Amino acid sequence: METITKTSHGRTLRTEEMVINMGPQHPSTHGVLRLELVVDGEIVIDVIPHIGYLHRCFEKHSEQMTNYQQVIPYVDRMDYVASMNSELSFAIAAEKLLKIQIPERVDYIRVIMCELQRIASHLIAIGTYGIDIGAFTPFLFCFRDRERILDLFEMTCGARLLYNYIWIGGLSHDLPQQFIPTLKEFIVDFRKNIKELNDLLSFNHIFIKRTANIGVLPADVAINYGCSGPMLRGSGVKWDLRKDEPYSVYNKFDFEVCVGKGEVGTLGDCWDRYIVRVDEMEQSLRIIEQAIQTLPEGNVQSAVPKRIRPNPGEAYARAESPRGELGFYIMSDGTGTPYRIKARSPAFVNLSIISEISRGCMIADLCAITGSVDIVLGEVDR
Amino acid sequence: MIDWILTQFPDSILGYIIICAVPLLFILPYALVTIYLEMKMSAHMQDRVAYMRTGWHGTLQPFADILKLLQKEDIIPTAADKFLFILAPYIVFIGTYATFAVLPFTSSYIGSDLDLGLFYLVAVSSLVVVGILMSGWASNNKWSLFGALRSAAQIVSYEIPTALVLLSIVMIAGTMNMQQLSQLQSGGISDWYIFGGPFPIVKKLLLLPLMFILFLVQLTASMAEVNRTPFDIPEAESELVQGYNTEYSGMKFAIFYLAEYANLFAVSAITVVAFFGGWGSPFGSFMSGGVWDLFWFVLKGMFFVSINIWLRWTLPRLRVDQLMYVSWKVLTPFALVCMILIGYILVAF
Repeated sequence: METITKTSHGRTLRTEEMVINMGPQHPSTHGVLRLELVVDGEIVIDVIPHIGYLHRCFEKHSEQMTNYQQVIPYVDRMDYVASMNSELSFAIAAEKLLKIQIPERVDYIRVIMCELQRIASHLIAIGTYGIDIGAFTPFLFCFRDRERILDLFEMTCGARLLYNYIWIGGLSHDLPQQFIPTLKEFIVDFRKNIKELNDLLSFNHIFIKRTANIGVLPADVAINYGCSGPMLRGSGVKWDLRKDEPYSVYNKFDFEVCVGKGEVGTLGDCWDRYIVRVDEMEQSLRIIEQAIQTLPEGNVQSAVPKRIRPNPGEAYARAESPRGELGFYIMSDGTGTPYRIKARSPAFVNLSIISEISRGCMIADLCAITGSVDIVLGEVDR
Repeated sequence: MIDWILTQFPDSILGYIIICAVPLLFILPYALVTIYLEMKMSAHMQDRVAYMRTGWHGTLQPFADILKLLQKEDIIPTAADKFLFILAPYIVFIGTYATFAVLPFTSSYIGSDLDLGLFYLVAVSSLVVVGILMSGWASNNKWSLFGALRSAAQIVSYEIPTALVLLSIVMIAGTMNMQQLSQLQSGGISDWYIFGGPFPIVKKLLLLPLMFILFLVQLTASMAEVNRTPFDIPEAESELVQGYNTEYSGMKFAIFYLAEYANLFAVSAITVVAFFGGWGSPFGSFMSGGVWDLFWFVLKGMFFVSINIWLRWTLPRLRVDQLMYVSWKVLTPFALVCMILIGYILVAF
């Protein structure tokens, strides 16, 4: 691509493009993503994402495990800011393969944990997005709230990031006594903090100027690329697996699927994707409130199989992670070792959209776009 | 004070060197205080406590930071243009430091009592751009180059509204001498130009709204000139890593850092002299003269430094084109219209 511009003197001025690497060590690529940019001054002409810097052979590792339960810590390390959701996704796939019924209390606790994790993950997405745009303070406000969620997790299972909490057929620990009261306090405080966040960042004039009408992703393109989660909903498509294909006990709760409405700009721009995440946190709080009100009694480990040896066959289950549709395909040959595990990772699929929507934008916009996709490289590369 | 120093060292260049070094007595402690202030202010805005372990509430931390920078290895990239790379930080610092020559710290001390004080200020502060461009180019790093080019475009654009604002002040005051400017406003808070200046009541009321607009223009433009959020695009850390000073380390980086903080005070001081009475006490002759002058000048200066810090930790960053938009299509027209109206008021009343 060669730009030829005529100057006022009639002479031609050829401006050359520059190839520049953004990443793998760059503050706004959220990990070790490398974007190869072709730029003409500040204008981005082409973006080529290069991935694989964090590839840890998750799928191959899983095939060497002697027990299905041993896969769960590896699943944790895929999407390390939303481990609970990955665990749930894998657990329901394995349970589908094993055809086991789990106690209702387990399902309820799983939903509470996953929704808390969704809030924690969205808080990171929102906070780091603020940094991408140049606002540092909202990031720390978000981390202050996330800290309390991590404290709740720590109280329950002792880990703050990689839990190994949701087991196939059950949970590693029951909820501690102090959990529900602490959680209730958190919900009350967090509602106020969402409002504060909206005042500080979401409806900040500069923030809107920076994100509205940037990186517009039309609904049909989003569907064609297979986007899911807030990426898809930001474009106005009402698709949420919790509602459209209820797994676990999500069909028992009343909540709304948040979609982008193009309030401040075009439908499907960065701001829409951002605000979908903010709204989803409120919906997650609603689900948690309902779940703790109707939490049944029971033993969380009664259904955990002593030995997992599924019949030969295959199963695919998917669940809504904070980043979108996270699916696990498990194939069994009748032994205790999974024959093949394949993960369908939402971040990987969402990432593929970057070069499509960021041609012709400016370098600063590219940071806004990558931030709004909310990738976790651990999950992209696996 | 200057005469006194010169008489101590008759017929010697030493006297002049000492005079040149006097602002350093202010800049170095000021930089330490401001680093501490910025860290503590940002921390308290963000529900943190910042450093607490070095000394009482971390008061010794700025010293530790400087010591660390002094000890650090001074790396010059192999492919860098060595001469320009070494020269750049000093040019940036000289550009900033030269402005301190005409800042009227007290009614009796000013480095150089130039009649063209304001003009000199606008002129030398442009020197910073040269240094920044040099550093970006010499680093041989594409991101640094981006930062340098952005910075050049930004500082050049924002000098125009600043110059227009200062020109309006010159029209009202009839002098470019910084000391005389302060002298004119020394009759207490109501004589400050932000409140219309030392004029009869009708003229004062007419000037007041215009002065307020000019003040906002000056505040915004000065923020852009020191490259701080929301105008920190030359060193936008999430886009350009660190901008023009990415490749710098050790003492050279410290000099960039020092220049940034010194510049922060310099632009605040310009605002203070132009609108807030310079070293003048807000109570007229009460609490004025001698050390009080210095106290008021530094207090007012630090007030604007704090505003800069406060905004930095609150607002997101603008994009390059939006930044240009603010300068050319918002600030410049406003300043221009205000200037014309002021001219009319001055002629008519």
